[in-house]
Formats: sequence, structure tokens, C-alpha cells
Amino acid sequence: MTNIAATASSSTETAAVPTTLAKGFVNRLVIIIPYLWLLFLFLVPFIIVFKISLSQTAISMPPYTPVLDFKDGVSGFLAGFRELNFDNYIWLTQDALYFNAYVTSLIIAAISTILTLIVGYPIAYGMARAPATIRPTLLMLVILPFWTSFLIRVYAWIGILKPEGLLNQVLLATGLVSQPLVILNTYTAIFIGIVYSYLPFMVLPLYSSLEKMDYSLIEAAQDLGCPPTVAFWKITFPLSLPGVVAGCLLVFIPAVGEFVIPDLLGGSQTLMIGKTLWNEFFSNRDWPVSSAVAVILLLVLTIPIMFFQQAQAKAQEQGR
Amino acid sequence: MKSLGSIRRDFAPWNDPNAKPYIQFDRVTKKFGDFIAVNNLSLTIFEREFFALLGASGCGKSTLLRMLAGFEEPSAGRILLDGQDLRGIPPYKRPVNMMFQSYALFPHMTVEKNIAFGLKQEGMPGADIEKRVAEMLKLVKLEQFAKRKPHQLSGGQRQRVALARSVAKRPKVLLLDEPLGALDKKLREETQFELMDLQQELGLTFVVVTHDQEEAMTMADRIAIMDKGEVMQVATPAEIYEAPTSRFVAHFVGNVNMFEGKVAERTASTTRITGATGAQIVVDNGGAAAAGSDIIFAIRPEKIKVSSKKPADAVNALEGEVYDVAYLGDMTVYHIKLDDGQIVRASALNASRITEDPLTWNDRAWVSFRPDAGVVLTR
Repeated sequence: MTNIAATASSSTETAAVPTTLAKGFVNRLVIIIPYLWLLFLFLVPFIIVFKISLSQTAISMPPYTPVLDFKDGVSGFLAGFRELNFDNYIWLTQDALYFNAYVTSLIIAAISTILTLIVGYPIAYGMARAPATIRPTLLMLVILPFWTSFLIRVYAWIGILKPEGLLNQVLLATGLVSQPLVILNTYTAIFIGIVYSYLPFMVLPLYSSLEKMDYSLIEAAQDLGCPPTVAFWKITFPLSLPGVVAGCLLVFIPAVGEFVIPDLLGGSQTLMIGKTLWNEFFSNRDWPVSSAVAVILLLVLTIPIMFFQQAQAKAQEQGR
Repeated sequence: MKSLGSIRRDFAPWNDPNAKPYIQFDRVTKKFGDFIAVNNLSLTIFEREFFALLGASGCGKSTLLRMLAGFEEPSAGRILLDGQDLRGIPPYKRPVNMMFQSYALFPHMTVEKNIAFGLKQEGMPGADIEKRVAEMLKLVKLEQFAKRKPHQLSGGQRQRVALARSVAKRPKVLLLDEPLGALDKKLREETQFELMDLQQELGLTFVVVTHDQEEAMTMADRIAIMDKGEVMQVATPAEIYEAPTSRFVAHFVGNVNMFEGKVAERTASTTRITGATGAQIVVDNGGAAAAGSDIIFAIRPEKIKVSSKKPADAVNALEGEVYDVAYLGDMTVYHIKLDDGQIVRASALNASRITEDPLTWNDRAWVSFRPDAGVVLTR
């Protein structure tokens, strides 16, 4: 009896092996594509940037040395390789400009993220609680600005915020202010720009986590003695945390390196790392230093990304 | 002493004219737009009663429960709890707790924290909360699961956490919305008895909403059968089954045979009915039916006897042939096609292993029943 059972099971196993092997190969082939994508479009460019950051600036084409190639054979390549050093990174620590730019960027990004959360949460909440029939329309309205060029939308804010702009005209006409407000070319303008531009990145993950929440949880909390505001802070908000974390990182990470918004709305005196990098690259034509700035920026941003992934893994483990 | 059904009830405040009602629905109407979910409904529930609202989905039973919990306000009418009008009191201030159909356990909190939630909200001191939570965990036999999160529990365990959470605050009334709906059959039967024991032990008033008649029959002291926002009948399970007052109730609970007919003759003790197709039926309780009126005679399948010969002493006997037979083990169900064309369902308990009078397809057969076996319905 046991023999028969053993034979039966082993025969099914041998039959199953070739199919699993074939299946495994197909499965691997499928995941190879994104890996190749990452390799050629992320890792290779990053290695190039990293290599440039170890080079020295030079008046030539391309504007750095050594250029690693095989013009002088393998020995020439190796000689060039030995010339690479970390001087540019040391330079970054010696000029307070870079450190200040990093810190300012992080602070501006952090404040903008909090402001975006404050503006975005009620929007997402309202959408998630709206009748199911109008939710797609509301979602559409959130995504709609993406259909217009980002640059044009930021330029539009110049028209609104400038001293003789739309906002000041309205304020002066209604008599709320007697002097036009100076908003353009201040940090306030940068915050407005970032909050406006990145709002959908905050609203969408918040909406998706709020929308799938079972409303009977709120009723249960109320039934157990919570007034609606307490129920919000004890149930709704903690359960939307994965969305809050996702939204905040989706805003914070690109906001740190933001260049267009501070350049157009923040004026010349704003010191953000994206602008510094742009100046090094285009004005000073110092590719190695700007590459070093970019590499450091990447390292700085890896920390919140890792935090994000950890939070996501935790959320997944909770099965939500 | 004769009683409907096989249980004698000692707890029956509804028969006591001096009993004080505990929950009162007083001409309550609830409209959602044009839809009338609850229509001018009045209902009285007594303290410590296990009361079931039974009906098909959309009959308004859940709306009734949600109005009691405070999630909906009546469009008209009053709801009184222990003499107090509940209008305008928000759910978080009502002395009732609800067990939700979906259980609505807080996924980010452990079992312990879920149960303690309401107590903490009440401002109970920490030591007392701990004691009460331990007590509740013991009550639902989940002591070793205190630190688990809801997603780490089985369906039955979640149901018990939800129950523990809803009774932890010792509410005056516990509302249960399809409490056993998500459990499999075997677990459901076990849990029915557990719920009854729990209700006895805690001495609470339970109002349970269900669409499962067996569940309502098993657990409830009284059942309200609802249809289209109205109560069709409120009575004990035995009364609902043995003495339905309308076609709807007779049809809704259990299986039933219905004979349409006219009252041919009425005396003080008997009523003679002429069926629409000629059958003569004599019953000893005609209810309110007057001579000459159109009525329905309803009789349960297990009260009909099937035999191959006409029983000598039967008052009511109708002839036909066996149309279908189903052997179910504990009983056999016959479908007999009477000579007038009507099909009668009869079930016989298989009390012995060997049948003296076996019947099979197309056999001639007689169906017979006692004069007190059915009820006469006028609506």
C-alpha cells in the first residue's frame, strides 16, 4: 500500500519537473526585461556620472580628464584609471555653499511636503467619501493638470504672483491690501509652486488608501463611544498611514532636487541644490563637480527611499 | 397543558399586560429619497429578550437596527429606549453597542486593544480595563490570542473578538447584524448556542438581524417577520411556525402546502372548507373566517400522513398518486399529485429502519391529516 503510494507520488513528481523548469525559465525571462531596463537606463548612466565625478575639469571636449578609452591601449586605460580621485568630493565639503544648498533644499522640501499633506489630505478624504458615481470624475480632475506642460503651469504662477499679477489685482481691488504683496521671488512662492505641482502625487496614494478603507470601522468606533473627530485620529488616520508615507516620499524626493520651480518662482537668491547643480553644469561648465553634487544628492535621497520600502514591506506583511 | 411547539416558556413578558417595554419603535418611518425602507412600524421589545428581526434582504431590518444604533435617524416616529426618546442622540452617546456584519475589527490594533477600545473611550481606569479585557477574552475563549492582530485570526475567532468588543462596555442593548453570516454551517450552529448562553449569562437584551430562519428560530425568544418595511408578525418561533397569521409568514418560514378555498360551513367547533378544485377539508379552528369567505388553508408537510390505503378514521383524506419521492435519511419527502391536480408535499420521519408501507413513483396514495393540523388564513 505504502509502496504504491510512493510510486504514484514519485511518478507525478517526475512528470511535474519539466513543466516547472520550463515555467521557471519563462518566469525568469519576464523579470529579465525590467532588470535590463534598470541596468541600461539607470545603473550604466549612474556609473558614467560617478566616473565623471572622480575626474578633473578640463578645457576640452568632453570637458573633463581623464577620458577612459582604449586610444592608447590597455595601459593607457589603466593609467587614466589611476588618475581618478575623490578631490571633487573633498571640494564639496570645503565650500559651505554646497552644504547650505543641501540643507536648504532638504528644509524646503520637508516644509513643502508637510504643506502638500495638509492641502492634499482633505482633498483625498473628500474624494474617498464622495458618492461612487462621481469619484472617477474627481480623480480625473486631479490628474487633469498633467495634460498641460509643467513649465507652462509654473510660468502661469508668475502671472498670478507677480506684484502687478492677478492675485494682487484682486486683493487691491477688494481693498484687502493697500500695497501689492511681494510673493514672487520669495520662499513663499517656491512653497506655492511645489505644493501646486506635486499635489497629485500626494492626493493619489492618499486617496487609494482612504478609498479602500471600510467605512464600518468608523461606525464601529463611533458605536464604541468616539465622537467623529476622535474616530478620525484613532482609526482613519492611522489606517491611511501607508498612503501618507507614500505621498510624502513621492513629494519629498523630487522636491529636494527641484530646479524649475525655485529658478522661475524663487528668483536668483534662492539656494537649492538643483539650482547649484545647474549652475555648476551650465554656467561653470564644471562637469566633475556637478556630477559629485548629483552623486551626493542621490545618496542623501536613498535614505528616505529605503525608509519608504521598509514601510511598504511592513504594510504588505500586514496584508493591507 | 397544551402549547404550540414542544417548549414551555417561562420567560414571556409579552404576555404580561403590566410588563414595561424596553425598546419601543413608535410608528417609525424611514425614507431614503423616494424609497421607503421602514413604513410606519411599531414594535416593542422587552428587557433581557433575545429578539430577532427576520426578513429577506431589503426588507428594512438592517435599517431598523441602524436607527437603534444611531447611524440613521427616523424620518418620522419615535424610538424609545427604557422610556428615553433617542432622537438626536449620536451613536457615540447611546447605551447600545453593535456587532457589525463585517465585524469591523480595527486592523491596526491587537485583539486586546480592539476589546479595550470602547472602555478606554469611556475613560475607565487602566487596571479596570485590563481586568475587563481579560474577562472578555475568557468569555469568548481567546485568552491566548490577546496579542494577535485581526488578520492573524480565523473567521470564527474574528467573530468572537467582535462579540467581545461589543459586549465589553456592558451595553443596555446589544445589536447584532447578521452575526453568524460569515461563518460556515457547522461553526454557525455551535455559535448559535454560544450566543444564547452568553445572552443568559450577561443578562443583556439582544436584537439580532438575520435572513436565516433557522438561526432566528434557534436563538430568539420572539421573531419579527419583516417584509417591505413592515412587520408581518411578531411571535415566538413556535407560534410563527405553527400559527402564522398570513400567507407571507406561512410561506416565508419553513415549507407549507396551501389550499385555496371557500368556507362552506361554520359551526362553533368546526369549519368546513371546499377547495377551489373540489377537495373537502374539515378543520377545528377557522380563525376569523366567516362562512362564504375566500380563505387559504395552510398545512406543514410533516403534519400530512401518506398511506397506500385510505385511513379508516381520518377526517381529512385526499386521494392522488405519488409524483416524486426523495429519501433524505432522517426523513422521506413525498410529492403527491392529488386527483384535482394540486401537488401536496408531505414528509415522513423515518423513525424505524424498515417501512411497512413503502410507496414509489406512480403508486396510488392517500394523504390525510387531523382537523387541528393546519391553519386557516384570511390574508
